[in-house]
Amino acid sequence: MTLKQATEKEVYGYVHSFEPVGTHDGPGLRSVVFLSGCPMRCKYCHNPDALSFGGGERKSASQVAERCLKDRAFTSGVTLSGGEPLAQGEFTREILRLLRKKRVHTALDTAGSVYDEAALELAGLVILDIKHTDEREFEKLCGYKMDNTLKTLQFLKRKKIPFWIRQVIVPNITDGSENLKALASLSSGAEKVELLPYHTMGVHKWEKLNMPYPLAGVKAADGELMQKCNAELKEYINGIERA
Amino acid sequence: MNEWRNFKEGSWTEQIDVRDFIQKNYTPYEGDESFLADATPRTKALNDKIEDLFRQEREKGGVLDVDTERVSSLLSYAPGYVDKDNEIIFGLQTDAPLKRTVNPFGGMRMAKQACEAYGYTLGDKIKANFEYKTTHNDGVFRVYTDEMRALRKYGILTGLPDAYGRGRIIGDYRRVALYGTDRLIAEKKKDFQALAVGDMTEDVIRLREDVFRQIDFLGKLAQMAAAYGDDITKPASSAREAAQWVYYGYLGAIKEQNGAAMSIGRTSTFIDIYIERDLKEGAITESQAQEIMDQLVMKLRLGKQLRTPEYNELFAGDPTWVTESIGGMGQDKRPLVTKNSFRILHTLYTLGTSPEPNLTVLWSKKLPENFKTYCAKVSVQTSSIQYENDDVMRPLYGDDYGIACCVSAMKIGKQMQFFGARCNLAKLLLLSINGGRDEVSGVQIGPKSEPMTGKLDYDAVLKRYLEYMQWLSRTYVNTMNIIHYMHDKYAYEKLQMALHDTNVERLMAFGAAGISVVADSLSAIKYGKVTTVTDDTGLVVDYKTEGEYPKYGNDDDRVDSIAELVVNEFSRMLKKTKTYRGAKHTLSLLTITSNVVYGKKTGATPCGRKAGEPFAPGANPLHNREHSGALASLSSVSKLSYKSCRDGISNTFGMVPNMLGNTLEDRKHNLVSIIDGYFKKGGHHLNVNVYDKSVLLDAHEHPEKYPNLTIRVSGYAVRFGVLSRKHREEVLKRTFFEQV
Repeated sequence: MTLKQATEKEVYGYVHSFEPVGTHDGPGLRSVVFLSGCPMRCKYCHNPDALSFGGGERKSASQVAERCLKDRAFTSGVTLSGGEPLAQGEFTREILRLLRKKRVHTALDTAGSVYDEAALELAGLVILDIKHTDEREFEKLCGYKMDNTLKTLQFLKRKKIPFWIRQVIVPNITDGSENLKALASLSSGAEKVELLPYHTMGVHKWEKLNMPYPLAGVKAADGELMQKCNAELKEYINGIERA
Repeated sequence: MNEWRNFKEGSWTEQIDVRDFIQKNYTPYEGDESFLADATPRTKALNDKIEDLFRQEREKGGVLDVDTERVSSLLSYAPGYVDKDNEIIFGLQTDAPLKRTVNPFGGMRMAKQACEAYGYTLGDKIKANFEYKTTHNDGVFRVYTDEMRALRKYGILTGLPDAYGRGRIIGDYRRVALYGTDRLIAEKKKDFQALAVGDMTEDVIRLREDVFRQIDFLGKLAQMAAAYGDDITKPASSAREAAQWVYYGYLGAIKEQNGAAMSIGRTSTFIDIYIERDLKEGAITESQAQEIMDQLVMKLRLGKQLRTPEYNELFAGDPTWVTESIGGMGQDKRPLVTKNSFRILHTLYTLGTSPEPNLTVLWSKKLPENFKTYCAKVSVQTSSIQYENDDVMRPLYGDDYGIACCVSAMKIGKQMQFFGARCNLAKLLLLSINGGRDEVSGVQIGPKSEPMTGKLDYDAVLKRYLEYMQWLSRTYVNTMNIIHYMHDKYAYEKLQMALHDTNVERLMAFGAAGISVVADSLSAIKYGKVTTVTDDTGLVVDYKTEGEYPKYGNDDDRVDSIAELVVNEFSRMLKKTKTYRGAKHTLSLLTITSNVVYGKKTGATPCGRKAGEPFAPGANPLHNREHSGALASLSSVSKLSYKSCRDGISNTFGMVPNMLGNTLEDRKHNLVSIIDGYFKKGGHHLNVNVYDKSVLLDAHEHPEKYPNLTIRVSGYAVRFGVLSRKHREEVLKRTFFEQV
């Protein structure tokens, strides 16, 4: 395959892992590329092994794009996730550019911790994970400021880039009415809003890395809680739409 | 003619041409499944009775009853019923449901053994009747050469139809409904006269006798139906009659023959034309339309044959392969999907899941989206259907072909097949390395050459392998020629062939097993280091395999191209030897469930597979060698060329539900994407299983808890619980993709 002209410069980056058939990150069946490294330190991170920069395998952007293209007959598109894909901006932009050239639908799964207008404009869809809607709670939960996430959201709305909003429901942290109400209002213009249940399936990875798990003892969000939160969120969103 | 009222005329009125009738009269349907009706009370009552009979049959060890005193044929039994008042489609093979009959025309030994296996003794009367009669089996063994016997005995050629009915012939049962037997007989008589004009060569004499017997059996078919009170000498005049007439045709065929796989063809869209007419005339409601299909399907589920335990080892789960081909596209680009395509799939809900009929969707990327998602839903919920690529078959077979057995396409009523089971290509590799000696017994069964020992060299092994393949191809074709000459002579399918054009085109279907083992073994020799291990007679009995090597099933061209090469070469070599009756050579990569037996008979292979371990089914990658996920596995198999394997390339694919997403909605759409993708890449066949492995593990330990758990094995479906322990273990070894 000749995605790259011989004269063009290759862009390299670090890939944590590749999932050939993802069904949870974007529309349809997707190739999902997890890029290494994230500046945030969310207490419930379920991929703590993907946090460090320079971890995983070093690959060129065209290698990544070619791998995705191999499965093109089956998939609806490619999702770049992480880690934080925007933290390897040049690499991410190059992958998006190459896939766009081949008319493959792309989605960028980001928490908006790095503000990168060019990357956002290259993506077919941005899945923005807003960890919390309250600035102070956000910082407490993620060890990171909320500003870039909000700037990213504003940019998506201004440029009318298709986006989804996501949030993980953690019992006693993000399941409160204030937070859900605020999330509903931030989500205006989103194609979809997804609440994801907090789970403890990533805990063993913290143990493996010999890191203390910050949310030890917090139970996974059960079906009942998710139903309640989803119903509440829907009510707020409908309220906003009617208004 | 009143029976043809409101039908658009065409060439079908002038000559026998069911396709033309369908094209002129069917109503494509692009809507969704919301119109479907539930089973009627009498269908439910009847189905409960049948389910209870199946339960009794299971409890008796697989066979409910055997009539050891009568030879099965069209008129040897008085009419039989399950529950006459609740039935609207009539006809059983004998006078009672699930009572099996003896059919010794294929071979006496098999008939005797089959009776004995279930605690019965073949009656003296039948024995006496056949004392002076030559069976197909007798004929074949009179003529077999020593070499053929050896290839068969040591398991290079296995499962050959030389002791049982060959099957894989689809009568065009629709002709009975559209024309009635009087017209069919009249047409055959014309053909018979036309054959009187030229010189009486052997071909003409044989064909004239064939047609004579066909005419005779069309008459018997009408008598059989008359005993149930139906006059099928005339065309069907309603939807119920259309389904019933089609079924009489099929019933006559399975009474007359105990063929391995006797499929029904492509009937649902045909029957839909009659249903649409009845609906328009106000004669029936949707509920009654569903009732007709439900009752037809119930009858198809009741069809059974008496078989030996050895036979069941090759074709596990008591299958009959009543394959019904559904959907597909027309050559004029209209979909051949009708409401009845939905109704027949819906029987998996109205009657519960079941392996039979073997529901086969002819898939095209252009099929209506609503139908695609409905099929996917049925797969996710029942794992009971298989998919075959209409876009690769239609250009070769037109738009009125059907699937016989698992993956064998043929133009309905215009082509028939000489079934050839399969040869063991993995064992052939071992044989060639051993200079023609069987690696298990040490007996010289092939041409003698110097055995290859020490570190194996890829180019040398490949060269040698292809030389032996050349030798085997010739003997395989010649073996098949004998088998089918004798089958025609001593066990000719009179009724099924009466429902074909007289000048039928014949296909001779060869088969290959162990392709993944061969590809991986050659890859290990090429990219790893393989050294032979010999016993004290110099026989290579094992291999020492070192280093990593690319394995088939990971979308790696280095090894996938080896699989392609082997298949293409084999297909090419077979064509060099002339076939009986000018049949066209075809090839399949299909094992049914014989992959277990093949493995048992094959020594250790250079890929690291141990002696006796099962092969993968069909063209599947070997168990647990697919490390790159579901799509890579599918991509590897899709590279094998349908052009070389015109009798089909079987792929059995398992997924856990979560792989397809969280909700039914997601799962449906994602499964559609996978099937679309596989076929876009040129894949031919896909068996789809969607199960949590834990369910299968539990069913393995407690089969009684899951009496109806249906699983697709290799081109057909079985009830998981009726598989032998060995076969269940093999299924559990298979990869269930669960990458989420």
